[in-house]
Amino acid sequence: MSAPGRTSPGFGRSGFSMGARFLLLAVACIALMLLDQRQQHLVRVRQALDLVVYPVRVAVDLPSSTWHSLRDTFAERDALIEENRQFRRERLETEARLQRLEALESENTRLRALLDSTARVGSRALVAEILDVDLEPYHQRFQLNRGLVDGVYLGQALIDAQGVVGQIVRVGPLTSEALLITDADHAVPVSVSRNGLRTIAAGTGDSGRLRLLYVTNNADIVVGDLLISSGLGGVFPAGYPVGRVTEVTLRPEQGFAEVLAESASSLDRDREVLLLWDSSKAAPQASVPTPDATVAELH
Amino acid sequence: MAAKRQWWASTLSLVLMLALAAVPLPDTVAPLRPDWVAVVLLYWSLMAPRHFSLLTAFWMGIALDTLTGALLGQNALALLVIVYLAEKFHLRLRVFPLSQLAFTVLLLLGLYEFILFWIDGLAAAVSPDIAVLANRGRTVPLAERWVPPLTGTLVWVALYMLFDRREREAPARL
Repeated sequence: MSAPGRTSPGFGRSGFSMGARFLLLAVACIALMLLDQRQQHLVRVRQALDLVVYPVRVAVDLPSSTWHSLRDTFAERDALIEENRQFRRERLETEARLQRLEALESENTRLRALLDSTARVGSRALVAEILDVDLEPYHQRFQLNRGLVDGVYLGQALIDAQGVVGQIVRVGPLTSEALLITDADHAVPVSVSRNGLRTIAAGTGDSGRLRLLYVTNNADIVVGDLLISSGLGGVFPAGYPVGRVTEVTLRPEQGFAEVLAESASSLDRDREVLLLWDSSKAAPQASVPTPDATVAELH
Repeated sequence: MAAKRQWWASTLSLVLMLALAAVPLPDTVAPLRPDWVAVVLLYWSLMAPRHFSLLTAFWMGIALDTLTGALLGQNALALLVIVYLAEKFHLRLRVFPLSQLAFTVLLLLGLYEFILFWIDGLAAAVSPDIAVLANRGRTVPLAERWVPPLTGTLVWVALYMLFDRREREAPARL
């Protein structure tokens, strides 16, 4: 065997022994982890690295995106016509509902003005596509094809046609990473739409399941209650459906009841989600990233 | 020239492994996913030691962390440790029969998984978050965490059987 000084093509070797190099690099790793732990020190570094691995991400996503576009290209004419007809029908229905909603909205703003409270304002939205890329196991996260160039910011809320999906936890130049509301590290402030009872819906780590925290045994909550985002915490706009209560177990010995809910959004079926811009945060570019979105939301 | 070609082959294999680590798998198969990058790095560091420096392990780990959204440095540290051990003891390990070699690889991959697991635990302990506290006792099924080293060892053995002949024909390396 040759001495450690022997060079291999492409990778330069310093004069250090292997043990010393190992120690140096290990210390570098530990320093990186400590800096990255709170997420705000290495934002620039991570963004640069994101750009480096972007080709790999695109390559991994390629088979499924090609499959989708091929399927669209070669879809049967009849199927397309049928789909089109269905969309037109749905659009009509949605527009009819929207007309009523607009009337209600203007009435709502008027009433709020009378009450002297701040008016809720509409927000901008952008469709983002979910990249078919598997992330770290044991976490419910996914990659989106929108990043800094599209004005995505940390803590931005994500919804789909059915309800709240999650929030952005990391923004890269061209892609971003979102955390699902069902991730065990996530919690959304919610209220029961029937009576306004406020609670927190924490993720369980199981797909589609939420657990309601600190619901007392005598609280008025029953199976089937709709949970909507309460807007407290400022991450999720108020009024979007989060889930529906599926199980209420009273635990007289413990003070709080065990309440489980099913999330409203259907992530296992969608490939597209909506990014929401909170209009209270002025321009998307000007928004200051919160240090730790998940925690900040709860304070 | 041959060395250069081999460098390309191994670099390509590593980039391919990065992609494999992120390829979407159905939920039922996902827990079986071997730690591709670790397996291939171990293959190269046992079969063609000194071919890659520790720096390669470090950069591969950083790339893997970025790609999978892990804590920056987590995979890098775990990869560094196992590659360092493999390189340090490769002379002793290479004379092992395949069964013992496979067992050593299993141990190293187990160590890799343990380091990842341990850092996860530390990170969670450092930032106790209300949701985490509420879910205390939620378990990443422990059994599931030990499956990737097993499948990884199988992949390693397959690599060994496929490519070892060429390595033996060129023993001049040592």
